[in-house]
Amino acid sequence: MGNIIFYILSGITLCSAFFVILSKNPVYSILSLVITFCCITAHMLLLSADFLAVVNIIVYAGAIMVLFLFVIMMLNLNEAVTQGTKSFISKLAAFISGGLLLVALVFLLKGQQIGAVDLSKLDPNFGSAQELGKILFNQFILPFEITSVLFLSAMIGAVMLGKKDLKDN
Amino acid sequence: MEIPVEFLLEKTIIVVAVFTVSLVIAMYSTYAERKVSALLQDRIGPNRAGPLGLLQPVADGVKFFMKEEIIPSSANKFLFVLGPSLAMMTACLTGAVIPWGSTLEINGSIVPLQVTDLNIGVLYIFAVVSIGVYGVMIGGWASNNKFSLMGAIRASSQMISYEIAMGLSIIALIMTTGSLSIRDIVEQQVDGHWNIIYQPLGFFIFMVCAFAECNRTPFDLPECEAELVGGYHTEYSSMKLGLYLFSEYINMFISSAVMSAFFFGGYDIPYIEKLGLDHNLVTILGTGFFFFKIVLFIFLFMWVRWTLPRFRYDQLMNLGWKIMIPLAIINIILTGSGILLFK
Amino acid sequence: MQLTNRSKVVVDKNMTLMERMYVPAIVSGMLITLSHLFKKKATIQYPEQQREFSFVYRGKHILKRDEQGRENCTACGLCAVSCPAEAITIIADERKKGEEHLYKEEKYASLYEINMLRCIFCGLCEEACPKDAVYLTEELVPASYNRKDFIYGKDKLVQPLGTSAHPKTYKPYKK
Repeated sequence: MGNIIFYILSGITLCSAFFVILSKNPVYSILSLVITFCCITAHMLLLSADFLAVVNIIVYAGAIMVLFLFVIMMLNLNEAVTQGTKSFISKLAAFISGGLLLVALVFLLKGQQIGAVDLSKLDPNFGSAQELGKILFNQFILPFEITSVLFLSAMIGAVMLGKKDLKDN
Repeated sequence: MEIPVEFLLEKTIIVVAVFTVSLVIAMYSTYAERKVSALLQDRIGPNRAGPLGLLQPVADGVKFFMKEEIIPSSANKFLFVLGPSLAMMTACLTGAVIPWGSTLEINGSIVPLQVTDLNIGVLYIFAVVSIGVYGVMIGGWASNNKFSLMGAIRASSQMISYEIAMGLSIIALIMTTGSLSIRDIVEQQVDGHWNIIYQPLGFFIFMVCAFAECNRTPFDLPECEAELVGGYHTEYSSMKLGLYLFSEYINMFISSAVMSAFFFGGYDIPYIEKLGLDHNLVTILGTGFFFFKIVLFIFLFMWVRWTLPRFRYDQLMNLGWKIMIPLAIINIILTGSGILLFK
Repeated sequence: MQLTNRSKVVVDKNMTLMERMYVPAIVSGMLITLSHLFKKKATIQYPEQQREFSFVYRGKHILKRDEQGRENCTACGLCAVSCPAEAITIIADERKKGEEHLYKEEKYASLYEINMLRCIFCGLCEEACPKDAVYLTEELVPASYNRKDFIYGKDKLVQPLGTSAHPKTYKPYKK
């Protein structure tokens, strides 16, 4: 049964992911990206990574995508604006960067073990908030702290950008 | 993967019961809203349909179904229908992780009165609430009306802003309870050790944010009748409008349930074990007490709505970002130092 | 000059911290609304309960009869002359033989119309009438879809036979 769910989900994920880049209307693109994220969340649930799954929904589908949608609705980008022909150079740049991403992904997948993971052999607490917290604060404490400093600086930067406008007025 | 039939049956009954109860409570919330508003304004309120007007929600429902359904010609038809459906769906999803009562013993098997006890129940609620923004946003945008769009944008920015303070206030609560499972949080509050005693500031922040998340007065800017006509549901009519209004009331019911589960002991009646009653009876009484708390919270929602005026938009954002978030961070620091000192 | 003690001087001072928190003000406001929960309700359940009219209320006109059921009006036209809205139209006629039981005097109004859309219910016709014929009752003039339905003729204005003599105690809806 797990396999059937996996294949159905994968199909939906791929279809919606393709729709993201093929759709002419940016709002449709974003909505199908949200569906893609929801499907990825379901994949994570199948891999019994509950915490990551829910955080994925909260952060990506719930916050970042809403901001994307927000901006597109505010700018009111309709099909006429976005359909304008792109120059040859930008097409070339898109092709090269996309190709590089594909190469990187294939390279990453080369060494990986592909196939079903036996979930019954896993620790029952695997993927739970407690386990993740223990690993994050023991094994990966340095990257975690560095990331938090990065976020703090980003936050301060945003506050400074916001403050600057006030002084000018 | 084998799933036993009894398990499926049990869960189906609980799911249907939770769904029905939340719909019925939402239905009668509309009646209660009109009645409470009338009583607070020295009026009587609906009293024509049935005894004391108790059939008024049924009459309203029939009216919603009978009304002409209008889809504006310039609207995006698919998204226009998707919006209210999404709003209703996300509103109904949240009830799955709330423990409505302790356990019942039927024929020797123990049945917990909860659809599922996720070990990340708190986060699940947040995830569903954050998805709930889409219903409003899609509906507002698909209407192709500037008032709807304004309402939708206000709704989404308001919800995103207040989600942060809400999450931070819950982090302080989780620091004291040490679990993300809502049943664990409720079980820890037995015999009157309710979290409101340890987290008064956290509760206050959570309550204010819950008001904002439900788009209730004083934070009902998205629908702001005075300046935005009807906000995101300006163009909606018939049952699609009904779904939007209904999802608001379900959200209100669920956030009342969450507040009473997180901070007011859920289904806990202090010291009822001392009476030595039958376990099943205690469970049923506890569930009744839980619903009593929920009704009190729903009354609070309505009481506030018919007392306070609406915030201005900049005041709303100021309150969210400059007061609620710093307060929540202070609350986290206080809770942390309290845990270090006393435990 | 101070008329009441309720006036408040507006001061543009900064609010104290307590006032800026708004919570005490919100709580006091909510207590006020809560107290209204238990107050007497102002609603009147209309079709079942009706409000008493004021004694001086002026509603639909009535053309009086005397004790023997004869119409008082002699078509003198004073009401039409006094009417500031020019709502009254009268055509006079002479009483024939055998109509003594219908009309009190030799002259009577064969047509007596009041345009209720023009009428301002000032009651000047009632004051002008020398024969005690026109009175304004407590009856309301109902709404209608057509303008011509508002021109009330004698069929609607003359007091029905066998009803009370005094106009103010004549309440057709409250028998």
